Amino acid sequence: MSDQLLIDLVLLTLIPILAVAAIEVRNLFAAIMLVGIYSLMMALEWNTLHAGDVAITEAAVGAGVSTVLFIGALVHVGRHEKRPRRRVDGRGLLLVIVTGGFLVYGTLDMPAFGDPKAPVHTYRVVEMRQQQVGKIGEDPASLAAKRADPTDLKDDFDGHVPNQVTAVLATYRSFDTMIEVTVILIAGISVTLLLRKQRRPELRP
Amino acid sequence: MKDQLVLRVVAKCMIPPILVFGGYIITHGELGPGGGFQGGVVLASAFIIYALIYGRDALHRAFPRQLWIVLGALGVLFYIGVGMVGMLSGGQFLDYHALAPDHGEHGEPLGMSLVEYGVGVTVCAVMVMIFDMICETADDVDDSQVAK
Repeated sequence: MSDQLLIDLVLLTLIPILAVAAIEVRNLFAAIMLVGIYSLMMALEWNTLHAGDVAITEAAVGAGVSTVLFIGALVHVGRHEKRPRRRVDGRGLLLVIVTGGFLVYGTLDMPAFGDPKAPVHTYRVVEMRQQQVGKIGEDPASLAAKRADPTDLKDDFDGHVPNQVTAVLATYRSFDTMIEVTVILIAGISVTLLLRKQRRPELRP
Repeated sequence: MKDQLVLRVVAKCMIPPILVFGGYIITHGELGPGGGFQGGVVLASAFIIYALIYGRDALHRAFPRQLWIVLGALGVLFYIGVGMVGMLSGGQFLDYHALAPDHGEHGEPLGMSLVEYGVGVTVCAVMVMIFDMICETADDVDDSQVAK
């Protein structure tokens, strides 16, 4: 058994257990801690999939800041969840099973994980390699020589900046990122307007 | 938690490295994993730790509350400004080639970095703002401003 498989097995066993435990536990403080541990495990799992950017985001936002925000909210809502009535809704269960079945059916058409013949490798990447967007300056001759040399693996994206995620986010999709940042700012303003306790006198009855 | 000696000492040791690490993630976004969003959250976590250990009043004394909303807006404006430079130089909006007129190719990584700085500042400011608002309790209401 390879190390990679062992790590994956441990993580993928822990993640569903933690997720179910976080839903089931009635003590909200314990639930928050379980969600934090779940995020940490997800960060490790992203890391084993070589998705460094997502791993950092998951660790910083999921395990870090959102845990603090949840605890801050806990102060307002109290520590224990009310015991819900246990009743299975037949129609809801049927709807969930049918929808889930369709989603699983949809994944059957997808190429196998890591398949080099997948359309994303044979179509999209080839097209993007030919574009000039997001590339560090390099003269065409040396670039062509680099492409022809199969042993040169130092730069696997043909002159693009080393982190391809940033290359995509900040150049190919820079409009998208700009609006995303605006959305983040609007979220901050909205939270401030909704939760601010200091009210101006004329607004009080 | 101001009276907890261990927490205070650990926080004092940890906050500077967290700030440096957050800045590193933002400034090296185009070279390694990370970028403006991730680095901004890491930066914000340093301020949040400070507020948790020393109290939110200490954070407000060091950084007034109005500062964060101004910083958040400035980050977005900086992003749009980088785009406008491309337009003013005769190119298109968010055309990074215009940032380095002599070597257009060098403009690409430069533009990416600049844009990520804007993202980092905004994300950091908004995270601290949201934390500050969530943790506000009824005790914080300024009675002098509320009509009796």
